[in-house]
Amino acid sequence: MEFDFGAVLVDWRLLLKGLVWTLGLTAVATVIGLVVGVGCAWIRAHGSKPARVVVGAYVELIRNTPFIVQLFFIFFGLPAAGVMLTPEIAAVIAMVLNLGAYSTEILRAGIEATPRGQIEAAESLALSPLQVFLHVVLPPSFKRVWPALVSQIIIVMLGSSVCGQISVEELSYAANLIQSRNFRAFEAFIIATAVYLLLAVLLRRLLNWAGPRFFFGR
Amino acid sequence: MRVALAVVRSRRVALTIFAALPLLAAAGAAQAQSALDAITKSKTIKIAVPTDYPPYGFVDTSMKPQGYDIEMAELIAAKLGVKLQLVPVSSANRIPYLQTKKADLVISTLGKNPEREKVIDFTAAYAPFFQGVFGPKSMAVKSFADLGGKTVGVTRGAMEDQELGKVAPANTDYKRFEDNNATVAAFVSGQTQLVAMSGAVAAEMIRKNPQLGAEYKLTIKDSPCFIGIAKGDDALKAKLNEIIGAARRDGTLDKMSLKWLGKPAGELPL
Repeated sequence: MEFDFGAVLVDWRLLLKGLVWTLGLTAVATVIGLVVGVGCAWIRAHGSKPARVVVGAYVELIRNTPFIVQLFFIFFGLPAAGVMLTPEIAAVIAMVLNLGAYSTEILRAGIEATPRGQIEAAESLALSPLQVFLHVVLPPSFKRVWPALVSQIIIVMLGSSVCGQISVEELSYAANLIQSRNFRAFEAFIIATAVYLLLAVLLRRLLNWAGPRFFFGR
Repeated sequence: MRVALAVVRSRRVALTIFAALPLLAAAGAAQAQSALDAITKSKTIKIAVPTDYPPYGFVDTSMKPQGYDIEMAELIAAKLGVKLQLVPVSSANRIPYLQTKKADLVISTLGKNPEREKVIDFTAAYAPFFQGVFGPKSMAVKSFADLGGKTVGVTRGAMEDQELGKVAPANTDYKRFEDNNATVAAFVSGQTQLVAMSGAVAAEMIRKNPQLGAEYKLTIKDSPCFIGIAKGDDALKAKLNEIIGAARRDGTLDKMSLKWLGKPAGELPL
């Protein structure tokens, strides 16, 4: 078998567009997903009983079903209920819901490990429950679970590769489209693999750098 | 200590694999003669067929593959006097399956075009086939120019994906899906305004979803199906053409076509 990477690289515009989409989807899903995760973690710790049940059901539903099924449900299933979404919006929603559920569960572990005395000390300083949560409980919790969260964000980034199934033009979609035209499957996927690997390594470094600076201090 | 041992062992395994690579390459080179020899030697033929493409290849309620392509595969195995092993493939991966020798032949509604002829060889045609654009009756689509600005669902890697780009205006909004079922699902759920696919699949879709009010709009291409084989395997090609030619003359192809597609095969190109 002879390799011809030129046949794939000639479509570099498609690959670049795919790369931009993958990064964009991941960035939006990470920001909103973490907000969802923090919100749900707050509800789990302080919300009313019904709210806690709803959040618990959401987390279990997402964590116990495959991502691609969630994606297909949002894109192919919801139109039956009159909710029409573009492929890109459907992909972002699926990724946000996914990361939101996992980060809720990951943050819960960090929050539960908060020493009781720390919370009592904060309460004795007359901080409101929300202030206690945001300033006393959350930052050290983030610090405890940051490596797990970073891994989860990378999993979501890699998981975005299935969004090509609903015609979102991300990186895997680009590789698949190129190989379906020139039949250079090996070369196309080797390139996609290398790009994903590079992205994952860079993203991990970025998050490991950003975490101490913006979320919890060193 | 145990961990260290495991590391050493896995490193040794990796080394063995790397050391074996040149041997594998040599084996690949030695295998350059006809797949026909291998087939008669192992008494088994591996044929790639669709399982998501009624009426050419689909799985019935008893989970058994059936359809025009499957019957063709059975016919070829019977004529060669070997055991048939079906390999399910999708539109996007059927040619890689052939290139990587996961299948000896591809009988999967494969149309012939110059791009494909660069990488694989084709036998004579074995089945009729056409691709078209389909959409709701309420939408006026008289020519390819009318596709501009509309969303059209296509299956990635299928003939209509490649051919439509040549005739439709540049501002046509393509939505590409992995297999026919996803393309159909996107159109049925209203995610695309139009859909480009084979006439046979579209007929099935319209029959099952009368509420869509969908109809035939345009013909993209008449492209009969050919059997795909590895490039340069002339012995296999000659043998298969002999079988197809005989089936055409004795009416077997017409009978199969009547059964699955509702009309005789008619004149097919060589």
